Formats: sequence, C-alpha cells, structure tokens
Amino acid sequence: MSTLNPTIAGTAPSARVSAGSGPRKTREGQRKKVTNAIYSVIAVVVFLCSVFPVYWMINSSFLPTNLIRNKDLTFFPGSSFTLDNYHDAIFNQERAPFLPALGNSVMVTFFVLVISMILAFMASLAVTRFNFKGRKAFIIAILAVQMIPGEAMMISIFRIIDGWQLLNTIIGLGIVYLSGVLPFTIWTLRGFVAGVPAELEEAAMIDGCSRSKAFWKITFPLLAPGLVATGVFAFIQAWNEFVMALIIMTRPESMTLPLWLRTFQQATQATNWGGLMAGSVLIAIPVVVFFLIVQGRMTGGLVSGAVKG
Amino acid sequence: MSSSTLESSPAVELKDTLKPPKKPSAKLPWLLLAPSLVVLAVMVGYPLANLFIMSFQKYERAQLMGVPAEWVGFKNYTDTLVDPVFWTVLARSFAFMVVCVVLTMAIGILLALLMMRLNKFFRLLVSVGLLLAWAMPALAAVIVWGWIFDTQYGVVNNILTTLTGDNWMGHSWLINPWMFFLVATLILVWQGVPFVAFTMYAGLTQVPTEVLEAASLDGATPAQRFRLIMVPYVRSIIVVLIILSIIWDLRVFTQIFALQGIGGIAEKTNTIGVYIYQMGMAQGHYGAASAIAVILVFIMMGISYYYVRQTVKEEEL
Repeated sequence: MSTLNPTIAGTAPSARVSAGSGPRKTREGQRKKVTNAIYSVIAVVVFLCSVFPVYWMINSSFLPTNLIRNKDLTFFPGSSFTLDNYHDAIFNQERAPFLPALGNSVMVTFFVLVISMILAFMASLAVTRFNFKGRKAFIIAILAVQMIPGEAMMISIFRIIDGWQLLNTIIGLGIVYLSGVLPFTIWTLRGFVAGVPAELEEAAMIDGCSRSKAFWKITFPLLAPGLVATGVFAFIQAWNEFVMALIIMTRPESMTLPLWLRTFQQATQATNWGGLMAGSVLIAIPVVVFFLIVQGRMTGGLVSGAVKG
Repeated sequence: MSSSTLESSPAVELKDTLKPPKKPSAKLPWLLLAPSLVVLAVMVGYPLANLFIMSFQKYERAQLMGVPAEWVGFKNYTDTLVDPVFWTVLARSFAFMVVCVVLTMAIGILLALLMMRLNKFFRLLVSVGLLLAWAMPALAAVIVWGWIFDTQYGVVNNILTTLTGDNWMGHSWLINPWMFFLVATLILVWQGVPFVAFTMYAGLTQVPTEVLEAASLDGATPAQRFRLIMVPYVRSIIVVLIILSIIWDLRVFTQIFALQGIGGIAEKTNTIGVYIYQMGMAQGHYGAASAIAVILVFIMMGISYYYVRQTVKEEEL
C-alpha cells in the first residue's frame, strides 16, 4: 500500500514546506522531484534484495574456508580471493565426481533439446497450418497436460522406466523429460508459427515455388527466434530438473548435476558451504546466461491468452 | 490410443472454421502430430491410467517385485480420507500456497507499478535484479538460502546478533516448522515475484495513458486510478497469474524437499508433493500414494480448468 500511493504519503510534507514560497509550477516540480527520489530509493532496495542471494553465493564461492566459517562476515573476497572451492567441487574424489555428472547433464539436455524441438516443430505446424478434426482437442490436451503435476506420476513413471530396463540411462531420463517439456514447447512454437502469415508461403507458391520449398525458404527463417526461445526453455528444464532424476538415476555414476549438488550435504559431517556455493555457481551459470538471452519471450508464452488486449 | 484418433481424420470438415481455412488434408497433420502423440500417450497418458489403476490396488514393494497386485476397491481412498496426517498435509499445503500466492501477487503488482514510474536507469536496475532471482535454478536457490540462514555461520544469524545484541549464533531456523516455512516462503516469493512483476508491467503499459491522465484531471487519486482503471484493463492477466501461481505453489516439491535435506523435520514440514514421494518412493506404499496422487491431479485439474478455458477462448482456436 505504501508503494501504491507514495505521492500522498511521501510528498505532502515537502509540498507544505515549499507552499507559498513560489509559484505553483516550482512547487509541483519540487514535489515531483521528491517523489522520484523516493521511487529511486525503493528501486535500489528492491535491486539489493533480489540480488543479495546471488551475490552472496558468488562471494562465498571465492572465500577460503576459514573466512566462511567465521564470526565476522566477509563481503568481498579481496586479497583472500581463492579458487579452492571450485577446485574442490570439481576434483574432490570423496564425493560423487563432477565431470561424469556434467557429462550426464549435457547428454540428457542435448537429447531433450534436439528431440523436443523436432517433435514440437512438427506438431506446431500441424495445428497452425492445417485444419482437421481433433485439432482443438489436441491443443486443449496440450494445455491441460501441463497442469498435471509430475510428482503425482513419479511412481508409475518409475515403474515404466524400470519395466523397460532404462533406469540409470540417459535415454530413460531423456524420455521422461521429453514428455515434460513437449506440451510447453508445442504451445510456444505454435504461437510463433501462427505469427508467420501463411499468405507469405502462398505468395511464394504463386511465384512458382513448390510448397515445401516455400516453407523452407520463407517461413522457416522467420521462425528462428521462436525456435531459439523454445529451445532455451527445453534446455533450462532439462538442466534444472531434479525430482525425476532423483528416482530414475539412482546410481552414483549416472547422477546429473542437481543430484551431484546434493552430495555435498552428508549427515555425517559439517556442510562444505564453500564447495557447495562453487557447485551452485557452476550449475547456475549456463542457465542464467541462456535465460537472459530469451527473457523477453518467457512472459509472453504462458499468459499469451491474457496479454492480448 | 492414437489409432482411434487416426480413424476420425478423413472426415475433415471446414464448416466450423474459426481460423482462416487451411489446406484440407487428411493424413499430413496426423503424421506431423504422430511422434508427439506417441510420446505423450506413452509417457503421460499411460502413467496416468497406471496411477489410477494402482490407486485401487494393494501395491507395496512386493508387487513391484512381481507379486500380483490385489484389487482393494476404494480402500486406499477411504484410508487416505480418514487419515489425519493426510488432512494436515493438505491443509498445510493450501495454507502455504495461499500465503505465497498473496505475497507474490501483491509484491509483483507493486513492483510493476513501481517500474511504470521509474526512469530508464532505475527500471533497468530493478529488471536486472529480478531477472537474476528468476533465472536461478530452484535447487541452487534453495541451497543459497539455506546458507544464508545457516545455523552456525549464516549471514542472517550474524546480522541479527549485531543488530539486537542477543546471541543468535547457533539459532536453527529450519528445525522449527514455522520458521522452516518462513524460509520456504521467502524462497518461493523471491523466485515467483519476477514473473508476476514483468507480466503485470507488460500488461500495465498497455493501459492507454490518455485515460489515466483524464482520470487524474478529474481528481482521481493514484489508488482510485489503479482500482478503477488499471485493474479492469488487466483483470484477465491478474486472474491467469493467480491461477498459475496457485498451481506452481501447490505442487511445490524441489524447494521443500531440498530444504528438508538442509535441516528440516520432514514429518512436520511435508507438503502434498513431498508427502506423495515419502509415502510412495521412500516407504513403498505405492497404492496409497497413488490414491493421494489421483486426488492431487483432480485438485489441479479443477484449479486449472478456468485457465485452460480462458486461454482457449482468448486465443480464438
């Protein structure tokens, strides 16, 4: 509430102070200045609050253990800057090793990314460029499926993957992730394909292009941003996923990175916070980078129905 | 499953076309859809059916090893519905969800309004902060917050000791269920606000400025301008955001599960998703856990019904 009408709360006194001391114009100008200053201060506070955990993670990851386990806080590594935590996170052999986990994560992410893009692309073409019975039902199903919590289905998914002898395999986990990201990728790509008018293709066909050539020459290049946005979504999902990996990748050597991150915490010993922060940074970097690339499109997809005025 | 849908495809009709008519073709769209349909049928449809069947069976570890499952009718459901633990977990999940959704929406909308009034530099500053919070992987976020609230060397205990003069060092936040959920709420709100703020900001910029100016000339206060002009313009966005937040916060798993791993007492902090995991994967009561999962699926479907309907309607499919 206080942020809602700070004009009243914050500027009334200042307006009173300057009242009578000048013409109306300056008074309003001054009042506006104070209001803007208050907004700017709030903006800085918001920035600090949202950034602090990220900053603290990075800061801690560069601190030596004696400064992490210390009564005095160190807010900047300065001369104590060290890469020991990263070295420990990557090469410490007492825990599950980092590199195989990285390999597993990269492979499963790549699998999901490639297959989901191909399948989603085909499906989105079907629902935007063709009219057929069952089209609307398919789209409704795509929307509804996203609302089914994966956690509810983990038991039966575990049984299926177990039945196929695919536990602890990239393919097994990849198929599970694929079904998880596919509805959203189809939905998002559908929006992009629908945004490219079919008339463009038709015009090319009138000019003598074959249908498939018209598509590849005209429509496909225009879809590039959509493919990138959708692909990044699939990437982030597969890279971050934790629950299904927990039940499907049960062996240490088949761990993905989120599971690897959990091995830092063992009941028997004090948590190695420095190494854990370094591990978190390593996992977060690719996600943050890719996320920043496509952030503008992330909001549009989910509320596309509502945003359209 | 897909074969029955394939049969109906030759009967392509164009009479009810809402969108401009496309090339009528009987086979091609279904060929394009086939791979996706197969994946979804096998990995969503089948597990869902399987879940439903299991919820009517006595299904424990032995059945997983191959002992035939015995049909028990609605026993899993009746057992669940008379179990006070289930109701406690359900009530806890809903209470947690309500608190998170209210805070996320309130802060998100206030930040959107703030961003409307900031100049370019400060708006960029706020956006960068929100984006970083949003982009953090959920698991990494939980771990970082766990470190911030760490019992021995956490920055929160440290600052509280300095500020209050009392000794907070060694104070465990996660061991107390109320404090556990305070931390959990912080994490969820911290990561949930950016989406709401950005979406609301995008929506609010669509409100015509002439209308707002006219209103303020007529003497409308900022609060009135918000309630009477902005809200009606963005009502459908707000509704969709609330529904999505409800769904995401009700099915929360990773955050609660990871926070329990850092130091919470599982029995006192389980939410519905984690409870299903404990009951099924951890303790091996697959039948009973399936019944709870089916109940959760129905709750989710009920909540998302409006979202799906609204989206389908506005997209003019």
